[in-house]
Amino acid sequence: MQLLNNANYNFLRWKWHAIALSAIVILAGLGLIAAKGMPLGIDFSGGTLVVVQFDQPVTEEQVRNAVDPLPGEEVVQQYGDVSERRMLIRLPQTEGAVEGNSLEQASSNVEAALQKAGLPKFTIVNRELVSAIIGRDLQLRGIYATLASLAAITIYIGFRFRFSFAVGAIAATLHDVLVTLAFLVFFKYELSLNVVAAILTITGYSVNDTIVIFDRVRENLRSRRREPLDKIVNESVNQTLSRTIITAGTTFLAVLSIFLFGGEALRGFSFTMLVGIVSGTYSTIFIASAIAIILSGGKARAAAAASSGDVVQGGKKQKRAKAS
Amino acid sequence: MKDTRWRLILIVAVIGLSIWSFYPPETKIKLGLDLKGGVHLVLRVHTDDALRVETETTVERLRDSMQRAGVQFTKADVVSPTEFRVEGIQDDAGFRTASVDADTNYDRSSETGGFSFRMKPNIVNQLREQTVTQALETIERRVNELGVAEPIVARYSGADQILVQLPGVSDVRRAKEIIRSTAQLKLTLVDQGPFPNRESALQAFNNNVPTEVEILPGRQEGGGTAGTAGTVFYAVKRAAAVTGRDLRNAQQSLDEFNRPAVHFTLKQDAAARFGNFTQTNIGRPMAIVLDNRVMSVATIQGRITDSGQITGINHDEMVDTVITLKSGALPASMDYLEERTVGPSLGAESIRAGFISSLAGLAFVVLFMLFYYRLTGINAVISIVANLVILLGLMAFLSSVMTLPGIAGFILTIGMGVDSNVLIFERIKEELATARGARAAVNAGFDRVWWTIVDTHVSSLIAALLLLQFGTSTIRGFAVTLIIGLLSNVFTAVFVSRTAFELVLSRRQTAAQTLSI
Repeated sequence: MQLLNNANYNFLRWKWHAIALSAIVILAGLGLIAAKGMPLGIDFSGGTLVVVQFDQPVTEEQVRNAVDPLPGEEVVQQYGDVSERRMLIRLPQTEGAVEGNSLEQASSNVEAALQKAGLPKFTIVNRELVSAIIGRDLQLRGIYATLASLAAITIYIGFRFRFSFAVGAIAATLHDVLVTLAFLVFFKYELSLNVVAAILTITGYSVNDTIVIFDRVRENLRSRRREPLDKIVNESVNQTLSRTIITAGTTFLAVLSIFLFGGEALRGFSFTMLVGIVSGTYSTIFIASAIAIILSGGKARAAAAASSGDVVQGGKKQKRAKAS
Repeated sequence: MKDTRWRLILIVAVIGLSIWSFYPPETKIKLGLDLKGGVHLVLRVHTDDALRVETETTVERLRDSMQRAGVQFTKADVVSPTEFRVEGIQDDAGFRTASVDADTNYDRSSETGGFSFRMKPNIVNQLREQTVTQALETIERRVNELGVAEPIVARYSGADQILVQLPGVSDVRRAKEIIRSTAQLKLTLVDQGPFPNRESALQAFNNNVPTEVEILPGRQEGGGTAGTAGTVFYAVKRAAAVTGRDLRNAQQSLDEFNRPAVHFTLKQDAAARFGNFTQTNIGRPMAIVLDNRVMSVATIQGRITDSGQITGINHDEMVDTVITLKSGALPASMDYLEERTVGPSLGAESIRAGFISSLAGLAFVVLFMLFYYRLTGINAVISIVANLVILLGLMAFLSSVMTLPGIAGFILTIGMGVDSNVLIFERIKEELATARGARAAVNAGFDRVWWTIVDTHVSSLIAALLLLQFGTSTIRGFAVTLIIGLLSNVFTAVFVSRTAFELVLSRRQTAAQTLSI
């Protein structure tokens, strides 16, 4: 069976449109973050979070009214399905409170407030207290890990491919991280530790896709030195297109099953992965190669381009020669 | 053919070892806190406490030696945890001799009117380090006393932070109290009291409490049951006759009214000291102070040598006090920076949700591969399932922990397996189109994508390795699953899948031109 027979689309014709579209999404996301701030989960902001299981059904409104007298701005949300009768209550880090004891206090206050309001009997099924110190620490680590990951992957790609390709790959990856952040803001997902884990996974995944195409470009460059680079790149994208679509499609559906059946705890994680997979596939086809070509000087001859950074794979080259 | 046989034997051995390693999964695969339920705690040790004690002791000793040497001084006070000042010295030479001891750990500088002593930086570091290590050991002993299965007590990211993970603990509040209780026990003389409140205690000294006396809260004697009794205040001597360090053992017992009590015995040298102390103070009231709270006060009736009792507590307090006293005092106070508690019911639900989503993901991928690649799809399914089996086996072997994000890691590993297989299969298809025969196409397909697979796996590994630095067990679980999955995928997608192809091809008599792909 064949998904696409001799695909031959001129993707590069759309490169400027694609770059413009991505720029709009990213700028809108960044603008929203700049205006309202990135919503941070408790891992990074610090504070108190309790998930309460009620014996009888209650509404968000009832719970909100019950905890309203507590200091700070409370967040009350249905947790999971309505039939589970669970409510998530989150209190911010109170002013100047660094000590862990005040976090404990906040959680006791929630319990007391719920009892006072005469709500049905409840048990606490999940409780998270994070002090500002830990929150800041995790923030720094999250930023550091994402940047370090991008840098390490750039170095690796730069070592394996020529420089302009490395820039293309990393631009595509950075694009995916930014698009993902934008969609997190659009859909009001908070940045939690799990979400950062998903973003890091996406950096690896997005580069995967790009590498597959670049590998093919490199291979084609060797056998067809007289053709223009952009033609070879476009052909390489087409040659690997069915692989790109099948892989992205299956991974997307596998992650979709986490999004649907994995429960509340993995919702943010799987949403991030879903956006990242779509964005990763899009950027692989439209962004990565476009940037690589623009950086290589447009319609430069393949021969000139190839000689500037052919890859160090002695053994492989010989094998190739024998095969063809 | 012979080559293929060895490959088969190797594959069967690896799969067999993996299954043996993780079977039965209920006992062999360790579950993280988010699945099993339990609590994750991060404590901060206030190492300044230990520094202050060191400085206070040094000042105390310096005063002593100055008095013995007859060196006059007006003041010798602690300024900060690492600093003290001595003022009004007339006899410079005499002071230098008397302060030799203090000079070993402190840098002396002379200032107008006196001398300032500052703890040497390497001593500060050494003491802080020692304090955290001691606290860690003490917490370990207490956690063991709590009877928690497979607890984790370890240094955390910050130099003064300690991580404690207690799986399956239901009474988190009690566990937290036991871990944090400093368990500073001392037996000391009551100077005055009891007073109904702190103000009246201060008034008794005209609001000028001498340095050797401190005001501590305590429970009203005989005032109803424990816990409901009112709070009173005592003025007690700071210098203790006996401290927690002198304990030989502590055990649960009953007092003369059959109420819960803690019975403790003293070490030999302390017993002798305590004997002398009680002998000379017959008829005076003595307080038993635990964590700066007067637990009970009794008049010394006669010479007591090696044992004593803490009374006026309820049953739970008795149990917990024995645990904390036996495990020793903490060298410094601590507070909690982070707590994450998951109830066991939520954990069980997460396991179910994770299991269902993994199966759904796997089922979908298997169906798609069989539908799209037909017979060759079986190769892909074999290699993906083999990958999951090896992943489980290695996780059990390395005793790495399965967490909820780790289950997501399983699903991503399935995706990774699909990726590699699709990459190879699509290439084989292309090669088949050039009509050089099935075997040549298979060989070329595997050869040409090998470096692509290496590149993609290395870049994913880089991202996964950077995840490891997040201390929370859930994220670590995810990272470890991803790393193991990536490594074993190279083996299954390339080696196992290729062997399956070789088997199919070797059964054919003629060099076939086609392949069900």
